Amino acid sequence: MMEKMIFGRYVPADSVIHRMDPRSKLIIIFLFVCIVFIANNAWTYGALVIYTFLMLGLSKVPMRFVFGGLKLVFILILFTFFLHVFLTKEGPVIFELGWFKVYEEGLRQGIFISLRFFLLILMTSILTLTTTPIAITDGLESLLGPLKKVKFPVHELALMMSIALRFIPTLMEETDKIMKAQSARGVDFSSGPVKDRVKAVIPLLIPLFVSSFKRAEELATAMEARGYRGGEGRTRYRQLSWGAADTFMILLLAALTVLLIVLRT
Amino acid sequence: MDISLKNVEYRYQVDTPFERLAIKDVSIEIPEGTFLAIIGHTGSGKSTVLQHLNALLKPTGGEVVIGDRVITADKKQKNLKEVRQKVGIVFQFPEHQLFEETVEKDICFGPMNFGVSEQVAKKRAREAISLVGLGEEILSKSPFDLSGGQMRRVAIAGVLAMNPDVIVLDEPTAGLDPRGRKEIMDMFYSLHKHKNLSTILVTHSMEDASRYADKIVIMQKGQVYKTGTPIEIFSNPEELIEMGLDVPEVVKFQQRLEKAFQRKFSKTCLTIEEMTEEVSSFLKRGDSR
Repeated sequence: MMEKMIFGRYVPADSVIHRMDPRSKLIIIFLFVCIVFIANNAWTYGALVIYTFLMLGLSKVPMRFVFGGLKLVFILILFTFFLHVFLTKEGPVIFELGWFKVYEEGLRQGIFISLRFFLLILMTSILTLTTTPIAITDGLESLLGPLKKVKFPVHELALMMSIALRFIPTLMEETDKIMKAQSARGVDFSSGPVKDRVKAVIPLLIPLFVSSFKRAEELATAMEARGYRGGEGRTRYRQLSWGAADTFMILLLAALTVLLIVLRT
Repeated sequence: MDISLKNVEYRYQVDTPFERLAIKDVSIEIPEGTFLAIIGHTGSGKSTVLQHLNALLKPTGGEVVIGDRVITADKKQKNLKEVRQKVGIVFQFPEHQLFEETVEKDICFGPMNFGVSEQVAKKRAREAISLVGLGEEILSKSPFDLSGGQMRRVAIAGVLAMNPDVIVLDEPTAGLDPRGRKEIMDMFYSLHKHKNLSTILVTHSMEDASRYADKIVIMQKGQVYKTGTPIEIFSNPEELIEMGLDVPEVVKFQQRLEKAFQRKFSKTCLTIEEMTEEVSSFLKRGDSR
């Protein structure tokens, strides 16, 4: 299961989306998250779906991989869908079974809200799948730059983020290693009663905590030893560059926004 | 307990863009009582092979036979506990697996998972701790208060206390000082001899491989490159050096000596003792030939 996780994972490839400036990608994601809420009928949702799949296609990340990795999220989406279907009591009844009734509004809401959820997750996954964590933080730092004027610790925030992202794979690897070591000592992580499985997590979590703290300390020492003094006067090895594709993508999103506003009811 | 790998293949992350072939067509026979060393570069697939030995990984092709269990790609495996108890693995840096409040509890953890009663487990813990060369007073301490070397020994004791028939060691002495290395390796060797265990040692150290192993497997790029006794493997040092692998110091010495004196010794020496004998008989004979 662990190896199929796609959260925060970068898939290297040579595509338009991969080559885009992280800043434009971040802006697009941010705006996308906002405009998703404009949609309120089949047409507008249709436009959003087409746009999202267009982006996914352009990113050249294999669909099967993306959807395989989002399996867990789908379960969550299904859950919210059923919540809406069961709990909304508006409009005419379209289905009845004893005391149990499904209303039209419930079904509508269920479909639209799960779709919204799905699109948001897909778009943000495209971002993380096509952008290295370092590029994301660089982009974020640059976008938040103006906030430095009001003493907002932009650099520190970006650093924290990049460290957190950087250590996701390390932590995964470590988890896998310790899981194997404990399995070799007779822990069964994948079968048996729930009570035992919850208990099986302890021999996994404690070593993970211990090593994470150790690692944090070592990292701090290493940074200090190399003279880290915060963002002041620090130059960049990787320069961000805004290209024609970035402008085009932003304009495409703007067009989508206009379309949504026109089509909404 | 015999273990055998037949044409084993393993791919990591099948069906993702990260799919990677780790080992291919690996066949190794490990009859009961063998001391086998697996050597090779980092990334040659050693650790992947090792994880097949107690079914932590299921091969994606071929079959692994552990005792009377046959493990293949398409068969669902249930109740692997028995296999795991019989084949104990000491992973690289095993001290990372410690988690209990006291050393004693941590050592008892393995045996008790395999259904041993608390009393028996505690008795085994005492035996195991003295085997790894630590005093019983350490049993009541927290494993996190120990030094690195002590933690390593405690973790090893935790595997020994499971009473395995086969011990698999993944670089058990990495990061230890020379004395600690020798102590630990000697301990594993005497266990191997006295309890008639099978031992599988994955290592970078040619010294350890030549000193302890009956049989050596060289892995390269996910495949078995060569299998043989230490003499067979090291009698052709040039080949190993060409592969970028090291050879034991003694072998290197012999090679240089032979070159300097322009003559071949009667055999390849693997220990300093053998070498001394060979050199002294050579000297006694003088230069007449």
